[in-house]
Amino acid sequence: MKEKAKLLDQETMNRSLVRIAHEIVEKNKGIQDVCIVGIRTRGVHLAARLAAFIKNIENKDVPVGILDITLYRDDLTMISSQPVVHKTEIDFDMEGKNIILVDDVLYSGRTIRAAMDALIDLGRPRSIQLAVLIDRGHRELPIRPDYVGKNIPTAKNETVEVHLVEVEGVDEVVIVEKDG
Amino acid sequence: MKLLIKNGRVVDPANNLDEPRDILVENGKINRIAKVINNGADKTIDAAGKIVLPGLVDMHVHLRQPGREDKETIASGTKAALKGGVTTLLAMANTSPAIDSVENIRMLKDIIAETAVNNVLICAAITEARSGKELTQIAKLRKESIVAISDDGASVDSTELMYKAMRKARENKIPVICHCEDKLLSGGGVMNLGSISTRLGLKGISPESEYKRVQRDISLAEKAKCRVHICHVSCAETVEIIAKAKKKGVKVTCETAPHYFSLCEEALLEYDTNKKMNPPLRSRKDLEAIKEGLAKGVIDAIASDHAPHTISDKDIEFDRAEFGVIGLETELAAAITYLVLPRVLSWAELAKKMSWNPARILGIDKGTLTPGRDADLIIVDPEKSWLVKKEDFVSKSKNSAFIGVDLKGVVETTILDGKIAYKQEIKD
Amino acid sequence: MAEVIWNKKDLLGLEYLTQEEIELILNTADSFKEVTSREIKKVPALRGKTVVNLFYEPSTRTRVSFELAAKRLSADVINIAAETSSVKKGETLIDTGKNIEALKADIIVMRHNYSGAAMMLARHLNISVVNAGDGWHEHPTQALLDMFTLKEKLGKLEGIRVSIIGDIAHSRVARSNIWGLTKLGAKVTVCAPRMLIPPGIEEMGAAVTTDIDVALRDADAVNVLRMQFERDQNSAFPQQMEYFMKYGITEERLAKAKKNLIVMHPGPINRGIEMSSEVADCPQSVILEQVTNGIAVRMAVLFLVSQAREGKNEAAN
Repeated sequence: MKEKAKLLDQETMNRSLVRIAHEIVEKNKGIQDVCIVGIRTRGVHLAARLAAFIKNIENKDVPVGILDITLYRDDLTMISSQPVVHKTEIDFDMEGKNIILVDDVLYSGRTIRAAMDALIDLGRPRSIQLAVLIDRGHRELPIRPDYVGKNIPTAKNETVEVHLVEVEGVDEVVIVEKDG
Repeated sequence: MKLLIKNGRVVDPANNLDEPRDILVENGKINRIAKVINNGADKTIDAAGKIVLPGLVDMHVHLRQPGREDKETIASGTKAALKGGVTTLLAMANTSPAIDSVENIRMLKDIIAETAVNNVLICAAITEARSGKELTQIAKLRKESIVAISDDGASVDSTELMYKAMRKARENKIPVICHCEDKLLSGGGVMNLGSISTRLGLKGISPESEYKRVQRDISLAEKAKCRVHICHVSCAETVEIIAKAKKKGVKVTCETAPHYFSLCEEALLEYDTNKKMNPPLRSRKDLEAIKEGLAKGVIDAIASDHAPHTISDKDIEFDRAEFGVIGLETELAAAITYLVLPRVLSWAELAKKMSWNPARILGIDKGTLTPGRDADLIIVDPEKSWLVKKEDFVSKSKNSAFIGVDLKGVVETTILDGKIAYKQEIKD
Repeated sequence: MAEVIWNKKDLLGLEYLTQEEIELILNTADSFKEVTSREIKKVPALRGKTVVNLFYEPSTRTRVSFELAAKRLSADVINIAAETSSVKKGETLIDTGKNIEALKADIIVMRHNYSGAAMMLARHLNISVVNAGDGWHEHPTQALLDMFTLKEKLGKLEGIRVSIIGDIAHSRVARSNIWGLTKLGAKVTVCAPRMLIPPGIEEMGAAVTTDIDVALRDADAVNVLRMQFERDQNSAFPQQMEYFMKYGITEERLAKAKKNLIVMHPGPINRGIEMSSEVADCPQSVILEQVTNGIAVRMAVLFLVSQAREGKNEAAN
């Protein structure tokens, strides 16, 4: 693997998230009935940051939940890594709510498909909206994000890595090329 | 027909011989043993670097015929014996029907005459149908040239009956071979009683169930002044009891089987039914005691207790699987690997326990290379190692405890009555 | 945090698992417990997979628990009640297993009356085998749910003291609990009349006592085994009332033990034999929670064996 380019640094990442926070407030005409659900692992941290930015704007708390989609994946037997099942932690009622689903990178769309199935098993939200930090294209399902930090056209042999302070100790998005 | 075996290390404990010698075989008999023989033989075998031993006398073999020809026949069993270097064997009486009458002995003799490829001796049952209820007509059976009596596979529970049997055996000058097991103590057990049986959740067979019966049979033999032979000795207590009895002058001999000096109960940790036998593999301490008993001469003989079973009798739940393992084709290699190479026994002691002593216990003219005797001998490559594989067995059954084990020592040639009866195929 | 890889196609016993593997099962079960508390208690993780419950011994509770676990993972479930007889020669266990494999089932959950049966079956099949109890040998999922319940109640397993009371000699539950608890650092004492303590049990890591008061004195939890008097007609076997007097868990005995002593039982309870009715229903009793937790634990086990793979973890995008 070799790093090809840095797409976002801490400053630009923050700016993107702040913009998304504003867009969420604007689109939903305030934050009444808005809940944020982060997809494990990085989506959880991004969800928490969005909630904080929204609080700065609206001076109100938004309920935040954590979604583990391992049990809903359609590629359990194909992926080389072994999935580890973690807990889903959504302690608010989703009935009638506008759920903002948060993930780091949108790629094939399969993760989001699984996340929507998981969410719907948990309750009946009024709407589900999708916020992602990076959209790198190559969709395999008819899924489109409502909020995007940055659109990045990529080749299939490239990987987009989102590093966060909470996980890797640094905020950055890099594009790396797989060997061979 | 003259056969000359040159340059081998000839081991013959009956004549205190363990030296490089040439052996001349003529008309089926040992003709001459000397440092150098350059007689014009019809055929010469160069045995340089090899060990030449008297053909093995295995005094504990289950050939399964008549009755369970799917497991083994006299033809297949004796062929397997030749491959293992066994030129004479004692066939146990627990066939179906049991060898408990003149008719059954004659029937067995006919099969032997027609199909056996080595010397098969007959052991008759002590009781009718080996049921422990009524004695067989021992005197009559003796006239059919049986060499011993045994209900092997079962012990005669009635003390009174066993005593009577021993008196009869004495009158007829044959030994009683005792399978020592008190079923009241061992009943339902499938492996040695101890921490491993606890771990595996299997019902245990205590050493007590063996040695208590050994004690009884020895004291009966002492009273009856009869020769007894305790078969398949497996535990330390039995060795000790026999040692004491011998010191006291009781006419007792005994044997153990290769699995008791090479394996212990820990071999069962994966529920391998090819390690299930009766008596069971005992503890590590017992394994050491068996080796010591062999080294000190308390244990007179090594016999295979060759007990063939089909896959459908073995490849089932451990509790339901039959007891017993085959051993004719591995016993010598196991003895070389676990006793001779680690210097528990010398080659001469090995020949004693696998040829000379069993021949003497059974009262037959075998087990030695004394000139004039039958030329039953084997040529062994002592260093060659081989992997025991299921598919290589000649025996009809493949239930060996040594599958997957590297053993050392290969029987290259088995000579029976002066003729080459088996020659190892050289594989690339 | 180093992630533990689950690479075992089978679950045969806790003797054969590492501390890390047991912890992985318990942690995974924790996630599944959340699933079982939802309104829709079902996830699609094993959709399209088939689980066969092959039971050679009648057992309603374990079978139902496994069946629910499999169904909550969206697997298809087939129940086979089989029979064995040492006299009658029917289809061999291996043949039965191979037939189930040929039907393209993915997991066999087997209860068998002979020790080692699960291991033998697993050796002969490529599909997963989960031991739901084999003879006196092991009952790994029961021990795992016991441990899960203890961990939930006490917050940890390391250093806790657990006493197992009852017919240790014939108990697969006892054996699996001894392996699992000691691997996770708990101290285990077994307590029974001398004749029901098998030789060498200490070598598995358990302390032994025949005195119920000693077993209860410092215990954090007591796991009371079901006494099966019908199993052994041996006259030396203790009589029911005699057993209750000497070993039964009563309120009087509990009063002398630690205040928060946890009372467990794998069920079904013989009220008035292993324990009094009052104890079975007392606030310290977690017997019904064990039943609930059993489903989450079995979901975790079914999920993990179905995901077993060789090789290393790679970050997936």
